[in-house]
Amino acid sequence: MNLNKQIFKNSGTYLGIDVGSTTVKLALFKDNELIYHSYNRHLSMIKSKVLEELKKIKPLIEDDDVYISFSGSSGLGVANELGLPFVQEVFATSELVKTLEKDTNVVVELGGEDAKVIFFDNGTDERMNGTCAGGTGAFIDQMSTLMNVNTAELDELSLKSEKIYPIASRCGVFAKTDIQPLLNQGARKEDIAASIYQAIVNQTISGLAQGRKIEGKVMFLGGPLHFLKGLRRQFKETLNLDDEHAIFPEYAPISVAIGSAIFASKQRSHYKINELIEKVKSIDTSKKVTNTLEPLFVDEKEYEEFCVRHSKATVEEIDVKNYTGKAYLGIDCGSTTTKLVLLSEDDKILYSYYSSNKGNPVEIIKEQLETIYSIIEDKIQIAGSVVTGYGEELIKKAFSVDEGFVETLAHYTAAKHFNPNVDYILDIGGQDIKCFKIRKNSIDSINLNEACSSGCGSFIETFAKSLGYDIKEFSTLGIFAKKPVDLGSRCTVFMNSSVKQAQKDGADVGDISAGLSISVVKNAIYKVIREASASALGKNIIVQGGTFLNDSVLRAFERELGRNVIRPVISGLMGAFGCALRAKNLGIEKSTIISYDDLKRFTHTSKMVRCNGCGNHCNLTINLFNDGNRFISGNQCEKGASLGETHADMLQIPNMFKYKRDKFEALFKTERIEGRKTIGIPMSLGMYELAVFWKTLFEELGFNTELSGFTTKKLYAKGQYTIPSDTVCYPAKVMHGHIIELLERKVDAIFYPSLTYNVDEKIGDNNYNCPVVAYYSELLRSNLDELKEVEYLYPYLNINSAKELEKGLYKSLSKIAKIDKKQLKKAIKTAQIAYEKWKFDIRYEGKKALEFAKETGRYALILAGRPYHIDPEISHGIDKLVTSLGFVVLSEDSVSNLAQAKNLNVLNQWTFHARMYNAAKFASENDGVELVQLVSFGCGIDAITSDEMRSIMENDNKLYTQIKIDEITNLGAVKIRLRSLKGVLDERKKNEL
Amino acid sequence: MKERKMNYKVIDGVAYDEHGDALFLEENKKDYTLLVPTMLPIHFALLKQMLKEFGYSVELLESKGMEVAQTGLKYVHNDTCYPATLVIGQLMDAVLSGKYDTHKIALVISQTGGGCRASNYLFLLKKALKKAGLSYIPVLSFNFSGLDTQPGFRFTIPQFYNLAKCLLYGDLLMLLKNQCLPYEVNKGEADRLVQFWVEKLSNEFKDKKNLKYKHVKANFEPIVESFSKIELNVVPKPKVGIVGEIFVKYSPLGNNDLEDFLYREGAEVYVPGLLDFMLYCIYNNVIDYDFYGMKKIKAVVSKLIYKFLLKKEQDIIDAVKKSGKFVPPSLFDDTIKSRKGYISKGVKMGEGWLLTAEMIELVERGFGNIICTQPFGCLPNHIVGKGMMKEIRERNPEANIIAIDYDASASKINQENRIKLMLSNAKEKLLENKED
Repeated sequence: MNLNKQIFKNSGTYLGIDVGSTTVKLALFKDNELIYHSYNRHLSMIKSKVLEELKKIKPLIEDDDVYISFSGSSGLGVANELGLPFVQEVFATSELVKTLEKDTNVVVELGGEDAKVIFFDNGTDERMNGTCAGGTGAFIDQMSTLMNVNTAELDELSLKSEKIYPIASRCGVFAKTDIQPLLNQGARKEDIAASIYQAIVNQTISGLAQGRKIEGKVMFLGGPLHFLKGLRRQFKETLNLDDEHAIFPEYAPISVAIGSAIFASKQRSHYKINELIEKVKSIDTSKKVTNTLEPLFVDEKEYEEFCVRHSKATVEEIDVKNYTGKAYLGIDCGSTTTKLVLLSEDDKILYSYYSSNKGNPVEIIKEQLETIYSIIEDKIQIAGSVVTGYGEELIKKAFSVDEGFVETLAHYTAAKHFNPNVDYILDIGGQDIKCFKIRKNSIDSINLNEACSSGCGSFIETFAKSLGYDIKEFSTLGIFAKKPVDLGSRCTVFMNSSVKQAQKDGADVGDISAGLSISVVKNAIYKVIREASASALGKNIIVQGGTFLNDSVLRAFERELGRNVIRPVISGLMGAFGCALRAKNLGIEKSTIISYDDLKRFTHTSKMVRCNGCGNHCNLTINLFNDGNRFISGNQCEKGASLGETHADMLQIPNMFKYKRDKFEALFKTERIEGRKTIGIPMSLGMYELAVFWKTLFEELGFNTELSGFTTKKLYAKGQYTIPSDTVCYPAKVMHGHIIELLERKVDAIFYPSLTYNVDEKIGDNNYNCPVVAYYSELLRSNLDELKEVEYLYPYLNINSAKELEKGLYKSLSKIAKIDKKQLKKAIKTAQIAYEKWKFDIRYEGKKALEFAKETGRYALILAGRPYHIDPEISHGIDKLVTSLGFVVLSEDSVSNLAQAKNLNVLNQWTFHARMYNAAKFASENDGVELVQLVSFGCGIDAITSDEMRSIMENDNKLYTQIKIDEITNLGAVKIRLRSLKGVLDERKKNEL
Repeated sequence: MKERKMNYKVIDGVAYDEHGDALFLEENKKDYTLLVPTMLPIHFALLKQMLKEFGYSVELLESKGMEVAQTGLKYVHNDTCYPATLVIGQLMDAVLSGKYDTHKIALVISQTGGGCRASNYLFLLKKALKKAGLSYIPVLSFNFSGLDTQPGFRFTIPQFYNLAKCLLYGDLLMLLKNQCLPYEVNKGEADRLVQFWVEKLSNEFKDKKNLKYKHVKANFEPIVESFSKIELNVVPKPKVGIVGEIFVKYSPLGNNDLEDFLYREGAEVYVPGLLDFMLYCIYNNVIDYDFYGMKKIKAVVSKLIYKFLLKKEQDIIDAVKKSGKFVPPSLFDDTIKSRKGYISKGVKMGEGWLLTAEMIELVERGFGNIICTQPFGCLPNHIVGKGMMKEIRERNPEANIIAIDYDASASKINQENRIKLMLSNAKEKLLENKED
């Protein structure tokens, strides 16, 4: 490598060592020449790797005075311990740029777990990713594992992409929930690969640039940006950079090491290489980890007892050769694994299969069916087949399976086989955590993990791989770990950092493995189940799912609960086993499943199209099979899938979300009268409550109005680069786009009032808005420079007093026009009536919907959220999904006047949330009315409300379901939740009869 | 808001109100111990003593480490803000430790009131106790808004005033300590002096005469003087200001010993005082009237109290100025003004405009290196913290601000790495200035 530049003023020997989260980089200069450089993964063995490198360079600089500096997140600990110089890595990078490429405007640097952007104009401005941001090298590693390719192959794939899917760009877990269904639906791997890169680009722009544009000469540094051509391409395209302005230096992977060498050259102390080697040798790698936990097993004997105990929960297997007669097939096509069970008439297992679906479940099931057919020959007939899991519909269609079964019920069916008195089932799979409480032979409550806390099986697996172990080896190391590390119990991104810290402190792999198992368990108990004690779970607990095959996880769970549980030997197969039992209960003679002959001819191809059925424009995956059958997925409603009866029925089922949306659609239509000033109203957050009020008011006063309309992805992207806080809720983030949209539509002023207090409906202890709704106006002013182009009005108003409102509005509106006080007073009155009428209409329509539900014997389902959740881009068409399942959809504000929640265990002080409590109360008091709470990711208030909503519902023996929504567009997980709810309701009804 | 009527039921010797909440009665004062999570060590030591004078027996909780957060996660919804996790975790840890007779303790938790989640901490604590089957332990709310008062935990106006005096002393001691510690020639001297004063003042509280403001004020100068006698070696060090959500800003438990880390990294630390937060809370009542025409009487009274306390703050400033050796705190009236043109006074949830104002004031006062501490996902902080940084940086190029999230699982290494970046820039600037 030739740097073509004189870097140092003096000749000398300068060594920079960059120890990052996953790699060690060295740059060694002697007399202004780069005489050695390297880039190696350290697999957590930092000391030996550094030592190895130092020994390698020893002959090159035997007698020199070496000036040295460390850098990088793991370099900090080394430098501190040895008393050697350390330079923070971002700082090192800017040193490098200032020396080597003076005319650079911006540096984008991606590392293993860090992402940085440095702006050089007007003083250096450095940004690093926050704690909740995984769009980095480690993220790419995780995603490749998920796609079952290595990072180089992922890159190859991405270069052949044709289209980009929206993938949540916030963190790895989110992206994963987007990618998994795409894989399951059969989207092209090439396109997914490029979409993953695009997610990283978006993350960098929105999460790091935060309002500063990345333009001019941009230098890209760090390993991933050096090695991955597809990633480079995505950056160049998105940032609109030509070759002259996008710089990818050859030294990118070792840039921080070079920066450290520059920093080293400014130090006073120097060392001989032997001295350095001795110093590094002296690093104490004996345990320093302070946060350690009890070992999982005291000794081998305890472990043996444990194994014996668990081997008792078993299902008998018989050799398929010795069996003739009917058999039942259960298929569980999960998010990451595919499971099959073939069951005999007397519930014995004839054949089973468990494997990662390698991103292509159709192919795997085809192979498996071939295998099954080849071994059962003619003496066994498949008399019934049932499929469950993420890929349920696809597989059902592809292979003509008899029935699709709701996942939760499949697991319950299986669990009952092991213990008819089961009280609690906990299933930790590759991506999902599912818990069901059983009461009176029926599922009483269901908890599923949120998109943000998927600390599940695939997480441990990915981690094992990144440390260079396979999962079996990794979990075995955990079983006998002496001092498991306490890694906390939150989302995987946080755990990554905790592991990094533990490695730095010298924890060994076994301790980390055991620690991860304990974390997964704690996450399940405290975050998903939300119980503080074991007694709440009941006596008979069954655990299952692939993750519990890991003995460390099982043991950690028993430890945490202080109680023994049952893990069926076929823990990983329970879904498929339940399906097989179900298939037996179907009571049919011959399965419709694809015949052996047809199977041989079976082919499967998929292509992507964009649906034009409605404004959502979903990306559809069309799966084509050789018999002409096709299966469409990716659609948010049933419209794309079929234009048949389902859709027609759906249209007739009342949907308050749709009703409200239509009402807004009409409100958005405005006409401009020449000569009048136009006031723009950005449509998100509180505007979904008061838009009608403001529009009426302004029009009464002789202004034109312009409403920004519903959010679209495109509109969101327009303002994305100005968002300063990447953990704020999505409805707030889209506000930036709405402002830009209004500016593009040429308005004279933009109006977004600051409302500390919301409308006082006298249903709570107070009537606040949440801090974000109340004051986002301030943030917009300070972060959107474009707002200076117009008059931005964000007055603090008292919406509950006509007099105060008049005062505030007069002052504010006088900035753009002469306001007549009398006219203003009248306009306020008119606007108030319009607003009251608006609310009346919603309640009136809500009542009608309830009556419809009663008359037609349908369930009414309240989608309880905030008014702004009706925005189709915020709720992603969940309401349509709900109607397609046959529910009547109500909104929280259409029923919040019908009941009054009392004696709450929380301070009921926010208007929108008080409505939700009332809606929950109403649902809990009325048969046939159910409730699902919509929670925006990042909504801190809902951390308070969700527990309370749950307790209101469960006090009256009702099911509580929560759906977390964000930028995510895929409804796979949501569908499972809603179908489970429906399944349980139907079952309960059946039991009552 | 729940109205507390004085008719209550007694079950097993514990009084309950009509909602089933355990009550803390006047008579419980004599044999109950109040458990209080420590936020600011100096201030709280003084407050403890003052409460003792009021007839309460108080124990300050100072436990640290992972267990606290783990217990918190067990009892509080995991998406709730970190301070709730910690404070409730600390209290539950103590309650469950077996160290106390659970029938003879009451738990104290602060409540800010207003539209922030923090108003709900009290309720979350009650839920936690319920979960643990300990609902008979009374929960006492410490707030300035008259929320949820307990019959045996009410303060008269003179008592409130006496508590405020503890804050005055506390702020002064903290300020002086922060300015001496990084430069002291004999290590540990400043800390020892703080201990001396806490002990001396605590003893003084026993005599009512000493609680008269005249006496308190007369103490300011000797305190300043005693610190000015500490031998210092003033070499240029980066000056770092800490702002943020009240708990993680002050509490070593909340911010992973941030101040200590900064000292070790060779920085001088400036933390705005607790009195400012109190004044901010009081001033917000004035804003409700000014902005929305609400609660006139409350506003008028608040304004009087505000003016009254402001004078006391001025006394501290005068005493510090007189020494000529230390940088005095700024008058709250000036703090209010400093936010002008950045953010409205109307932003009053959580730390609200005060946080923005403190950042700007720090920059203007030469503490351009700022750490903005916040619990992960803190709602008001999106706006008043991260939301204002772009503009503050643009208008004050010398501002070197970094936002640090605190959370049960946020790793210290990530936090420290980011702080190091800020410090590297600060140190470089220091060098540049030296060369000029």
